[in-house]
Amino acid sequence: MDAFTTLNGLVVPIDRANVDTDAIIPKQFLKSVKRSGFGPNLFDEWRYTDVGEPDQDCSGRPVNADFALNQPRFSGAQILIARDNFGCGSSREHAVWALLDHGIKVVIAPSFADIFYNNCFKNGVLPFALSADDVDRIFKEIDANEGYRLQVDLAAQHVTLPSGETMNFEIDNFRKECLLQGLDEIALSLQHADAVREYEAKRKQDAPWLFAS
Amino acid sequence: MSNNTLYDKLWNSHQVRETDEGASVLYIDRHLVHEVTSPQAFEGLRIADRKPWRVDSVLATPDHNVPTTDRSKGIEEAVARIQVETLDSNCEEFGLTEFKMDDPRQGIVHVVGPESGATLPGMTVVCGDSHTSTHGALGALAFGIGTSEVEHVLATQCLIQKKSKNMLVQVDGQLRDGVSAKDMALAIIGEIGTAGGTGYAIEFGGEAVRALSVEGRMTLCNMTIEAGARAGMVAVDEKTIEYVRGRTYAPKPDQWEQAKAAWADLHSDDGAEFDRTVMIDGATIEPQVTWGTSPEMVLPVGGSVPRPEDEADSVKRGNIERALAYMGLEGGQAITDIKLDKVFIGSCTNSRIEDLRDAAAVINGRQVAETVNQALVVPGSGLVKRQAEAEGLDKIFTEAGFEWREPGCSMCLAMNADRLGDGEHCASTSNRNFEGRQGQGGRTHLVSPAMAAVAAIAGHFVDVTQDAEKEA
Repeated sequence: MDAFTTLNGLVVPIDRANVDTDAIIPKQFLKSVKRSGFGPNLFDEWRYTDVGEPDQDCSGRPVNADFALNQPRFSGAQILIARDNFGCGSSREHAVWALLDHGIKVVIAPSFADIFYNNCFKNGVLPFALSADDVDRIFKEIDANEGYRLQVDLAAQHVTLPSGETMNFEIDNFRKECLLQGLDEIALSLQHADAVREYEAKRKQDAPWLFAS
Repeated sequence: MSNNTLYDKLWNSHQVRETDEGASVLYIDRHLVHEVTSPQAFEGLRIADRKPWRVDSVLATPDHNVPTTDRSKGIEEAVARIQVETLDSNCEEFGLTEFKMDDPRQGIVHVVGPESGATLPGMTVVCGDSHTSTHGALGALAFGIGTSEVEHVLATQCLIQKKSKNMLVQVDGQLRDGVSAKDMALAIIGEIGTAGGTGYAIEFGGEAVRALSVEGRMTLCNMTIEAGARAGMVAVDEKTIEYVRGRTYAPKPDQWEQAKAAWADLHSDDGAEFDRTVMIDGATIEPQVTWGTSPEMVLPVGGSVPRPEDEADSVKRGNIERALAYMGLEGGQAITDIKLDKVFIGSCTNSRIEDLRDAAAVINGRQVAETVNQALVVPGSGLVKRQAEAEGLDKIFTEAGFEWREPGCSMCLAMNADRLGDGEHCASTSNRNFEGRQGQGGRTHLVSPAMAAVAAIAGHFVDVTQDAEKEA
């Protein structure tokens, strides 16, 4: 996994609450057995006016010009901002893979759904919450200022606005360290292997029916 | 005196150790696997040259992509076929048990788990699917995970997790006749919202929950994720134990008494403290219908679609306006005036034998309305299908004009050929009414199985508790 430390990026606004993972990457694209290639289908139903199919060349498809991702001023954005409960619904990690494949490395919202939030950290994407008022203010500033960028600093846990003002965000230490260093969590967990074997041996005694003979 | 919640007990009994950063290494007893969220996890194992830690903890079955029509010719669509074949070859390569597409035990993974006894009280259960919360109905800690975590559990039998907060949703009183676990779930989501449970594990308790069958509790726990909570659960009681007894992977007779003794403690202690408690009077719950594009956009069947102008908050008003535009509805329109193009009875929420019995029971010789283009009944598993056929339910459905299908996720998320067309309204017993969920442009209304069946007959929503013709 790629490490995440700091990012200065253009911000794209998705002005909706309860953006669900079905919207982020519709079901027909989940048939892929790969982790890559989902970017062109990110927000497929909102982004295009036709019905998308897997393995289709998206370059010639009719687009919804009103949708933020299609507006030239947000082209190349690496930070996405949205309203409450972003990433609700299905556990599909494809949602994070699609965001990442499109170039999004940071997602900001007043709140996130748990599974999506968790999936981000497995892929080097940083999600963080700001208050609904702060998010609302950023939406308004984006609207008024073309080329609106934010400076995100994970180690310092803050985001710097164009005005120079900073807003702090919370993140738990384990996730922060994994992201800062791009750590392989499975390798980290395997450091506990002896403790797991010990637990497992005891569990086998206490609850033998859980272990097939 | 102990004052732990059920969730505390399940958590504590699976915590291998705490990490230096204050997270927990949590041991996983059962890992359910399906074809959509696992291929990249198996690929990750291969790349890192890792093997599954405990092959006997895994049970796999394909469900999302499988056709629900005649399967003798296999899967027509190439990408879907490759994904199912990839599950087959991964299970073979790593030595994992799989109920393949042609196995009579195949079905929706959340139906197959409890039905086979693969999920048991006191277990931790995970699956790369958000509706894993279903299995909490048996007094287990069960939650959905992403593909990276699927790989993590395969490789280590553990997850690094932070404990959630405790929430109790207590439903007292008695549900009225014709009001089901689905209505209870939707009413709870209407009350606390789709993010109301975020950061919590929810225990469902109270007289009305205890009165539910174990299958009804599965419906309730299934929808926990639609309230934002990863895990939902119900304490173990005599019904749970009777449900589990004799199932394929249940404890064998020589271990049964030991298991029962261990399960007797799977309830919250009298003095247990919850971070949040929500009280609901079960007697006031009416049959529910969603009108919008989020499960919290739900009303009693006697209600009317909200008017945006009545909402003071501008963000909420915008949400209502957008939902009404997508759903093709007018503010103030009566729910019972919504005309239906399709009806879907199935999904991990409502495709078990009791759901099919509930739906069949209200038909009473009547026919699906001519204005309804398609009415599907998709049993949750091959074993549910066989049981329903033994009871003659398939005949009741087909004689009324419903199609009787093979088991799978089907039109719940439309990954296979079963889907809504643009603008079609569907009465659906599934769990999500998001934009495009059942097909691009499709308009989903979530309801109970009995409500879906009477809606199919009328061609629009009706209150099943007021439907005089449902009984002879």
